[in-house]
Amino acid sequence: MTVLSIAYAALFYAATAILVVGVALKLRSYARTPAPLLIPTTPAPTTTGGVALRLTREVVFFESLFKGNKWTWLFGWMFHAALLLVILRHFRYFQQPVWDVIVFIQPYGTYAGFAMVAGLAGLWARRFLVDRVRYISTPSDHLHLALLIAIGLSGLAMRFVNPTDIVAVKAFMLGLMRFDIQPLPTDLLLLLHLALVALLMIVFPISKLLHAPGLFFSPTRNQADTPREARHLAPWAAALDK
Amino acid sequence: MATAAFETPKLKPYPVIPLVAAGATSHLKPFVASAAIQTAVGFPGELAEGWEQRAVAKMGELLDKYRSLRVYMDACVHCGACSDKCHYFLGTGDPKNMPVARQDLMRAVYRRYFTFAGKHFPKLVGAVDMTKDVLDQWWSYYNQCSECRRCSVFCPYGIDTAEVTMAAREIMDSVGLGQKYSNEIIGKVHRIGNNLGIPGPALEDTLLGLEEDTKEETGVDVRFPLDVAGAEVLLVTPSADFFSEPHVESLIGYAKVFHAAGISWTLSSKASEAGNFGMFIGNYEQLRKIALRIREAALELGVKRIVVGECGHAWRVAYSFWNTLVGIGAGGKDPFAIQLQSQLDGRYKQPMHICEFTHDLIQRGAIKFDKERNDDRIVTFHDSCNVARASRMGDMPGGQFVIPREIIKAVANNFHDMAPGTTHEATFCCGGGGGLLTDDLMEIRVKGALPRMEALKNVVDGHGVNFMATICAICKAQFSKVLPYYGFDMGMVGGVHQLVSKAIRLGEPE
Repeated sequence: MTVLSIAYAALFYAATAILVVGVALKLRSYARTPAPLLIPTTPAPTTTGGVALRLTREVVFFESLFKGNKWTWLFGWMFHAALLLVILRHFRYFQQPVWDVIVFIQPYGTYAGFAMVAGLAGLWARRFLVDRVRYISTPSDHLHLALLIAIGLSGLAMRFVNPTDIVAVKAFMLGLMRFDIQPLPTDLLLLLHLALVALLMIVFPISKLLHAPGLFFSPTRNQADTPREARHLAPWAAALDK
Repeated sequence: MATAAFETPKLKPYPVIPLVAAGATSHLKPFVASAAIQTAVGFPGELAEGWEQRAVAKMGELLDKYRSLRVYMDACVHCGACSDKCHYFLGTGDPKNMPVARQDLMRAVYRRYFTFAGKHFPKLVGAVDMTKDVLDQWWSYYNQCSECRRCSVFCPYGIDTAEVTMAAREIMDSVGLGQKYSNEIIGKVHRIGNNLGIPGPALEDTLLGLEEDTKEETGVDVRFPLDVAGAEVLLVTPSADFFSEPHVESLIGYAKVFHAAGISWTLSSKASEAGNFGMFIGNYEQLRKIALRIREAALELGVKRIVVGECGHAWRVAYSFWNTLVGIGAGGKDPFAIQLQSQLDGRYKQPMHICEFTHDLIQRGAIKFDKERNDDRIVTFHDSCNVARASRMGDMPGGQFVIPREIIKAVANNFHDMAPGTTHEATFCCGGGGGLLTDDLMEIRVKGALPRMEALKNVVDGHGVNFMATICAICKAQFSKVLPYYGFDMGMVGGVHQLVSKAIRLGEPE
């Protein structure tokens, strides 16, 4: 057992705890904050089923972004869809035996890595090329993109240029899940890749990555358009009627 | 104090997104409310020592009260989808008029005081302290937003800048920095009963005058009843309908519709205003207090139905908020709501828009028209932002687009819509909404009207359109003022019920 293995194990335990607890706290604060007025952006669905469909279209197809800007939609959707495949592909490091569906998507997940980096590159290019987007971009916006691209490139490099001992990596990950720390290969690329992923997990709950859970709590998207049919009252607003 | 001269933007044949021109409208700001105006609506009279802490505390309070604000402060990823959607940005090029940048004025302060990253790495995430300089920027740019919600249509997370602007104005009011125009009007509503400050006797006089005028025009005794207990319908309409041109033409139209349909109705001197500027300043208590007048008038007069006249933000408040605020609606289970809702006739939508009311009569064949009386007009329709993106008419989502157009087509032979992308939920604000309809903001009003003016120019040149119908008192007032800047006749704008008024059959003169 090396110090390195222990350090990385500790890093991943900490990152997971921060991600889970941090996001849970955020979700709790969103859920506990009342929405006193009905403010769906209309035309809006008039039923709960309709709202679920609207949110599904937003999550799966980025409907509003498509209306807003085709280039951003193209790069953004490409990145997110590819990221999903890449994450699914990585499931194989955490399960034994590996599910059939995960085995099936392995080749797609591999090439999705390129699409993911290409999408990110397109999004980053907009931050330099479009004057409006350049104006609103902060150091943190650039760093988020740099972080994700670095994760993608280090992953691709391990797959296509300088393979690491993935059997050992898998043993390490499975070990983590059983609190039984196994030796981690000491490839620089691997260590970089894993450290960056841990960093991403750590910044998630304190950064704009909260857009993911935020969408589900957005009143303009998750409210049904029924103000005349039912009285909608937040507790603090109801107190005023007394 | 006159506002400085400025150049009216040139109309281009197709929309062009301007290049970023930093600081282009940083000099624009509204007049500050006097201490007397402020205290009359329950706000501190002026900025006082320690306002910074109070502003931050107020922000914390609002973050706990409004989920919209809490989520929208976190969710933005600076993707830029909204960056070319605001009419004020398109008309000025000032980057702080991009919705994302406008929101970021508050987000920067939010991050500094309410987030881990902003507390410890302010530079990295653009977090700033609440200072006078920041407040000055808020004052300028949160008063260059008409809360029209166009940005929220295109945001992948539905972030609504209107929610942020309302919160910012609420915070500023709470530390003694209020906007003269809006807060003075709110004071008038409470003192006199309407935004224009028309006292009861003057209103009565005006309505009698309108009866005479209408008799002269049509030979028919069309009534404009006031405070008639036991009437079927209470009509609540923006007070501009009583005095301003072209607004009053629509009021005459409503009266003729009621007359032709034989439905008894009344106006109320207590509820002589549909507008509710409490929304513009984001103050829930004011929003509710102003809406309470309608509830009280409805209870006192014992009406069965409440119908709302042509007013955009008023319809948002009526449609989306009245049931919540004061129980005007259906489905209430608490005594407060039941008291009113048991009086109202449950067979009808409560409240109902005058366009829904008229449309329903047309559908049932209860009113008839001589369409050719509008043949001198080639009509287009301007969707008002609050009606389009914050309300509905009828049973179908999108009814707010269909119903007014159906009415126009029922009363006029010539109709041409403006280009897609400038109508329906993508409609452009007139440039004067959200509490900006004041002369001290004329420059931003004129420049903010640019996208609508370009769309109008296209149908004027292409189809000979000479009349732009709309169903909002603010749109009407704003366009009357701004159309001439772009070389159009101010008489080109008017109400949907102005067209109805012209074409409706009233029966034989008595």
